[in-house]
Amino acid sequence: MKSLGSIRRSFAPWTDPSAKPYISFRNVTKKFGTFVAVDDLSLDIYHREFFALLGASGCGKSTLLRMLAGFEQPTSGEIILDGVNMAGTPPYRRPVNMMFQSYALFPHMTVEKNIAFGLKQDGMPKNEIAERVAQMLKLVKLEKFATRKPHQLSGGQRQRVALARSLAKRPKVLLLDEPLGALDKKLREETQFELMDLQQDLGLTFVIVTHDQEEAMTMADRIAVMSAGKVNQVATPAEIYEAPNSRFVADFIGDVNIFDGLVTSSANGMLDIAVGEGFTIRTPIGNMDVRGAARGFAIRPEKIRVSREVPPDAGINSVKGEMWDIAYLGDMTVYIVKLPNGQTVKASSLNAQRSVENPLGYDEDVWISFDGDAGVLLKD
Amino acid sequence: MVRLVNGIFNRLVIVIPFGWLLIFFLVPFVIVLRISMSQTAIAMPPYTPVFDIATGWEGLKDFLSQLSLDNFLYLTQDSLYLKAYISSVTIAFFSTLLTLLVGYPIAYAMAQAPRTIRPTLLMLVILPFWTSFLIRVYAWIAILKPEGFLNQILLYLGIIHEPLIILNTNTAVYIGIVYSYLPFMVLPLYSALEKLDGTLIEAAEDLGCTRFQAFWKVTFPLSLPGVVAGFLLVFIPATGEFVIPDLLGGSETLMIGKTLWAEFFSNRDWPVSSAVAIVLLLVLVIPIALFQNAQAKAQGE
Ligand SMILES: Nc1ncnc2c1ncn2[C@@H]1O[C@H](COP(=O)(O)OP(=O)(O)OP(=O)(O)O)[C@@H](O)[C@H]1O
Ligand SMILES: [Mg+2]
Repeated sequence: MKSLGSIRRSFAPWTDPSAKPYISFRNVTKKFGTFVAVDDLSLDIYHREFFALLGASGCGKSTLLRMLAGFEQPTSGEIILDGVNMAGTPPYRRPVNMMFQSYALFPHMTVEKNIAFGLKQDGMPKNEIAERVAQMLKLVKLEKFATRKPHQLSGGQRQRVALARSLAKRPKVLLLDEPLGALDKKLREETQFELMDLQQDLGLTFVIVTHDQEEAMTMADRIAVMSAGKVNQVATPAEIYEAPNSRFVADFIGDVNIFDGLVTSSANGMLDIAVGEGFTIRTPIGNMDVRGAARGFAIRPEKIRVSREVPPDAGINSVKGEMWDIAYLGDMTVYIVKLPNGQTVKASSLNAQRSVENPLGYDEDVWISFDGDAGVLLKD
Repeated sequence: MVRLVNGIFNRLVIVIPFGWLLIFFLVPFVIVLRISMSQTAIAMPPYTPVFDIATGWEGLKDFLSQLSLDNFLYLTQDSLYLKAYISSVTIAFFSTLLTLLVGYPIAYAMAQAPRTIRPTLLMLVILPFWTSFLIRVYAWIAILKPEGFLNQILLYLGIIHEPLIILNTNTAVYIGIVYSYLPFMVLPLYSALEKLDGTLIEAAEDLGCTRFQAFWKVTFPLSLPGVVAGFLLVFIPATGEFVIPDLLGGSETLMIGKTLWAEFFSNRDWPVSSAVAIVLLLVLVIPIALFQNAQAKAQGE
């Protein structure tokens, strides 16, 4: 069976209609005055899922988390957690812990005391607290800083304390609001994998907010792409990347080329879209037989080939253009090709060999080509 | 040239406040200290020795040899002074504590209030300063006296059947101090509470605290600098307070401010009253200095 992209783990309760969601947002709206921060949003998250909320600044990600944690009440709609409607449940009685975007470390307590705070509150025995705190410190590599106060730490170290503090209680659901923003790349990648291991080992449900699509792709089982208080698409990283359901999602995640044209004909399960003079896209119809309509075809740069040779079937899923720009990035080379209608197309190719004979150069006439099923037809 | 001007400016920035302190604090202190080491005399000024610059070096030596610590010795011999000091500190301490109990909820409510109305609330706290302190204390006489407003209201409401005797008791002094010094408590508390990051409370609640627990574990500890500042701002002037015990207190109200006033104006004994003032200063400054030293050490750790 063919499937989109690669699969991290065989975990997909959302495909099972009998599976019960662990967290449900049902038609949740949150208004601040007249401003609508979250707009009639419905979302299901499953037990043990690593779920990412991805979206531009101000689109309502933090607000969504804060409603789940109990700091904000939905203006309308309901939030169900483990079968219980959370309306009226105060934050301290929700089986949820949050790592705050601003860390919110207690400035009058040492790193140790910060991490132990929630455990003490639960009345855990002293020796167990000490053990758990030591374990958390080790996890975030802050053993040496146990007795420091937050103001004596760097931004990244503070972030790790906040992470340790929110994890210490092993909550059923951990909410992480941009947990890794202040870490350098190496530590960030390490922590990402550690978080993934931890989440699987402890069997927790994680909801993470991030700006960084790569981070979301790396860690999450599913991603919700949000804009202006609404969810645009909820799907696995591979589905989001390979089958975005809208122009917005296609554009938001990764690089994309979108060819706009008119649907001219459909036959044998294939659809023709006339993009321009001598350039037609022929792609499987899927479920969109819409003759005469204007449609976009989205295709990722790595799925476009660039060459000097005229491809067979020239003009179908291929077009001639002018090499406009070349960027050598080490692992791959990115070509920018300008089409006769003025549109520029981004194509990338992996540098599998160390040297290339007669490489493509600037201002050359080149052909770009792709497979008809390498891109997706957009609904909008 | 610019650098020279800057250099002078930088030096002035340091010199001016120091000069201020030197002229308006240290010099008067030295004068009071010098008087406290003199003897009373029926003269003008009412103490000896008096130093005359014309007598030169010999005169200065003679002058210095006549100074003594007799007045301080005298203070230890009459138990009245010791009692007055202890009573002052006690009254000041408990009234400061009361001020804190009244002031904290006010400051807390102000810090929680919507941002837009906070300046108004702040104005209301400062508003009493626009009327003379003396007049406001007199007003309390009208409120507290046996036939005053308070008793009339309580009698009218049937809560009491005989007027309460509040005026000219220590209770009236407590009321007077709490009322008069409340803004000095509220302002530093407010500034400490207002700075507090609201997400810290959310974090505490998230980790299992109720609102009330979050207050005691996070809000209160973080407002301690404000509590200390407010406490000192009220306690120090309250200890030496004269007007309030004199107008509202009774004969049993023993406060060092009153004693000092009596020495100065009734007995015209400048040297002893100066000694009383110096000891009062030491009583206040030494513990506070020790406290701040300890605090600075704790901060440094
Ligand atoms: N307490 C509040 N009062 C008024 N408006 C608010 C409040 N909290 C959030 N908003 C508004 O709601 C919108 C969504 O805010 P939110 O914090 O959820 O954004 P976000 O997606 O987390 O953004 P970022 O990625 O920058 O953290 C923003 O436009 C913000 O200005
Ligand atoms: Mg946010």
